[in-house]
Amino acid sequence: MIRLIKDTLISQVVTLWRVFMHAFAKTDTVEYPDVQPQMFSRWRGRIILSRDPDGEERCVACNLCAVACPVDCIALQKAEDDEGRWYPEFFRINFSRCIMCGFCEEACPTNAIQLTPDFEMAEYVRQDMVWEKEDLLINGTGKYHDYNFYRVAGKKIGGKDKGEARNEAPPVDVRSLLP
Amino acid sequence: MVWEVGSPLSIGAILFTVIIVAAMLIWVERRLLGLWQERLGPNRVGPFGLLQVVADMIKIFAKEDWVPPFADKFSFILAPPIIMIVILMSFTVIPFAPGVGVIDSDIGVLFVLAMASLGAYSVMLGGLASNNKYALLGSLRAAAQMVSYEVFMGISLLGVVALTGSFNLREIVIAQTDGWYIIPQFIGFLIFMIAGIAESHRLPFDIPEAEQEIVAGYHTEYSGMKFGMFFVGEYLGVVLISSLLVVLFFGGWLGPAFLPPIVWFMLKTAFFIAFFILLRAAIPRPRYDQLMTYGWLFLLPLSLLNLMITGAFVLWQEGGM
Repeated sequence: MIRLIKDTLISQVVTLWRVFMHAFAKTDTVEYPDVQPQMFSRWRGRIILSRDPDGEERCVACNLCAVACPVDCIALQKAEDDEGRWYPEFFRINFSRCIMCGFCEEACPTNAIQLTPDFEMAEYVRQDMVWEKEDLLINGTGKYHDYNFYRVAGKKIGGKDKGEARNEAPPVDVRSLLP
Repeated sequence: MVWEVGSPLSIGAILFTVIIVAAMLIWVERRLLGLWQERLGPNRVGPFGLLQVVADMIKIFAKEDWVPPFADKFSFILAPPIIMIVILMSFTVIPFAPGVGVIDSDIGVLFVLAMASLGAYSVMLGGLASNNKYALLGSLRAAAQMVSYEVFMGISLLGVVALTGSFNLREIVIAQTDGWYIIPQFIGFLIFMIAGIAESHRLPFDIPEAEQEIVAGYHTEYSGMKFGMFFVGEYLGVVLISSLLVVLFFGGWLGPAFLPPIVWFMLKTAFFIAFFILLRAAIPRPRYDQLMTYGWLFLLPLSLLNLMITGAFVLWQEGGM
């Protein structure tokens, strides 16, 4: 009997009291358009293409991001300049399809494609959701400030021959027997 | 005198106020729930979001009023007005203040109980006529809930009636001049409040609609103003039960003289409406067999015991003094 009263009456009254005390707690709501929410640096939002420390495009048009993309929202075409550097001739992200999963960022071998904390991407015309390379490229290095793919990779480009990359030994002449 | 019980002005004012209050409760409930859940609630339309009700009303009137082809048309259309009419009828016997009321009936308590029982038809008809499994489950639960609470709801009030010696709600209020019935009839108050929550289908006893379990229960198939009538009917029920609690146990319009009686009545009613919303924010919903067990095995014997003790007390007082 006492157990029944405790379960049915006392515990309900305690519950009511505790919920009532929430009236004096601070609300969690952020009134978004009036107050900007504090976004986290690892938030997966709008996608950008970064540049390396020398100011060149990082993207080498390897297509790994397009392959990794689960919704096929990335389209690009490889081109090569006269120095031997690969770059995307066009790079197109359809943000009306993008689900901000960040797989492209994980797949990118050159840290070119990165996700940013910006999420305000609403448009009135659907076609405006398709961003071209000029829209995506930023002038900075994004999250990785000293990474430069061509300076660590073995590929020969203008002004950097084989064996001249950082931590790279000069190429071995396999036909020579000299030590 | 224009302001007397049953004058057209009085009736019009009561009808208007009651419906406006019930509609405003949509906003009040959402704001209060927000307050207790550490949210804000609707605060965009108009000052403090007060015009949210207007926006909701525009939406609900402009919505397509669809009658499903598989439904039983007559009962489907008949069900929503029943709950509105029945609860508005119950308001006729409520004494709001001296001279404010629609009728001064000698069977006020019985009338309210009768109308409340008729309200269950709305819920059951609506669910059955919808020809939808969730709606059927909803009306099934409504029926199960009704047979469990209607009994002790009536009996819990008899203590008050025995103390007053009248079914007239106005006389019940006047009899409380010396002391509110909350003190001698505390158990009756608790039991009537539990039954009242079940009666108005509010959480924790919103078993017939239980949106987490059976979509929206008996009004799953309803849209437009038919849904709106169920919706406003539910809030009217909240206002009705709150004002009944005030009239029966908290001395109706009685209160210190620095405020007019009608203001005292409104303040007390508003307190109970807020309490109903707090219940919604705090208490989880039982299964309907739990409610039935609780009602038949605990609350019904308790209310009978309360009635018996009250009756014995009244007889002892009459015989002994």
